[in-house]
Amino acid sequence: MPANRFNAFTDYGVGIGLRIPHYKHIFEKKPVVDWFEIISENFMCDGGRPLEMLDKILEQYRVVQHGVSMYFGSAEKLNREHLKKLKQLVKRTQTPWVSDHLCWGSVDGRYTHDLLPMPYTFAAAKVTAQKIRETRDFLEVPIAVENVSSYAEFHVSEMTEWEFLTEVVERADCGILLDVNNIYVSSFNHGFDPFHYLNNIPAERVAQIHIAGHSKYRKYILDTHDHPVIDPVWKLYARALQLAGKTATLLEWDDHIPSFDEVHHEALKANRFIQQTETAIA
Amino acid sequence: MKRSKPTDSSSKPKPPSPKRQTLGELQDLQRLMAKTVMRPLTPAAKMNPCWTDGTPTRNVVAGFIKPNDRLTAFERLQLYNRQYWFRLLDCFYEDYPGLRAVLGERKFTRLAREYFSACPSASFTMRNLGQFLVHFIESHPKLVAPENQLALDMARLEWAHIEAFDNAAETPITPDDMLDADPQSLRLGLQPYLTLLRLNYPLDDFLIAVRRDQGLRHEASNAMENQRKRLPNKFKNFQRSKTIYLAVHRHRNSVFYKRLRADQFALLTALREGSPLEKAFAKAVESGSAARFQPKQITKWFQDWSALGWFCHRVEAKSK
Ligand SMILES: [Fe+2]
Repeated sequence: MPANRFNAFTDYGVGIGLRIPHYKHIFEKKPVVDWFEIISENFMCDGGRPLEMLDKILEQYRVVQHGVSMYFGSAEKLNREHLKKLKQLVKRTQTPWVSDHLCWGSVDGRYTHDLLPMPYTFAAAKVTAQKIRETRDFLEVPIAVENVSSYAEFHVSEMTEWEFLTEVVERADCGILLDVNNIYVSSFNHGFDPFHYLNNIPAERVAQIHIAGHSKYRKYILDTHDHPVIDPVWKLYARALQLAGKTATLLEWDDHIPSFDEVHHEALKANRFIQQTETAIA
Repeated sequence: MKRSKPTDSSSKPKPPSPKRQTLGELQDLQRLMAKTVMRPLTPAAKMNPCWTDGTPTRNVVAGFIKPNDRLTAFERLQLYNRQYWFRLLDCFYEDYPGLRAVLGERKFTRLAREYFSACPSASFTMRNLGQFLVHFIESHPKLVAPENQLALDMARLEWAHIEAFDNAAETPITPDDMLDADPQSLRLGLQPYLTLLRLNYPLDDFLIAVRRDQGLRHEASNAMENQRKRLPNKFKNFQRSKTIYLAVHRHRNSVFYKRLRADQFALLTALREGSPLEKAFAKAVESGSAARFQPKQITKWFQDWSALGWFCHRVEAKSK
């Protein structure tokens, strides 16, 4: 399923995150890149250099918006002013879909600027799905929610993470941004089988896939996005493609960012798995 | 006819299904977790072992977080607690290199810790982390003593830099637009990205040097850097008290610090406060430079400022 209603029936290939240290290279060398993912919040300002750079990118590249502060899982109502700013950006970028995380991070108007894990409860699923629906109706673009990596679990949880993800996306009738690295990180931190997770989510809703590197410590893994993708994560990626079909894929590299070529080369490794999937289907 | 459910007399009574979480309980849980995550770390960068009421934090945390076979609930939540503070401090370090240079690492970190404890982020973007800092320093002078005025000036200048970097730019008014206007009633707006500052220390060159030295926000400050190819240690004069007037602004999407004369500052400040042009001139004259205040010169100022795009329609006027 190269295209579905959760990614606006697009057929995007392998992209990378747009990062400031790469601007110079991109503008000078104009490399061929299928698409860039931008962090919406970095461009939800009123003017200046960020928007100038974005407009230059938009002249030549396809861009998809990925957010970090919608906090669909916060128990509070959506912030209308925030949504208006986001919609302005959606109009500017013409993003085919918008993604953000299945998490919370603010309470009583105070922001942690983190992607905090959800308690996997029906009440949480209900409020989260409602906010995703409202956001989609306001922005008028499909929404995909991303599974986050986590380091803690709640006593109060009433289901597993993959059951919660399924509950939310089916209630909201939205897409999934499937982060296979996050599944790997959480499977280590919480002791579950990552393939069991993959096999038990509605694959037909996957709009996009994230791949990334992480930092392993003795007792836990931190999702640092500062390394190449490790083999077990590529294996999960291959399985995700088997289940969901060829899907728009993006490599995240956010810290200790190497050269553009190095990041792009790492991302393009995904093509090998995509080709294998296409061959298998053929 | 309604049929009753078949009963299974052979099955054992089922355990009552666990009580499901309510929306109110979800909110309470998120409040409790946010409070834990946002609490200041110990000097050793660990989660505070003592809860706000004096009980052990581990007991509070164990009440809502599960342990696993490698980490206790306390250790698991500590990962979030540490990440929260490291993230804020990283951003603060990057946005306020000048204040860090003025206060030194220890005092700066203490200020950051106290500031974020009192004023947690109230915005979706970390760009606004420093929005209450000037006010906080004013109300907590001990934290920056004895460099009080210096620290306050630097915090003002660095916040103005952030505002200049990406605040809105309204459509500029050109001198032609002003030609037929009546100076008694003409009220000009100043661009939202422009901040006027009266500082007690000449911090502009010092901050330019510090920023260049640290290679921060390079995409914003190239223009300033190109102007001043000198090293920070050549800017020691910043500690000698001397009043300066600055316009912190943006031109072709680069941030600049432009020195103003006292009368220019008075004139622009009056315009920003909503005085009509003629009244603003009068205020500038009152500022004490009347002798040098020639019409020809004023025309030149307005030409320069218009060329920089500083004037725009006032927001109230627009909304009317
Ligand atoms: Fe991700």
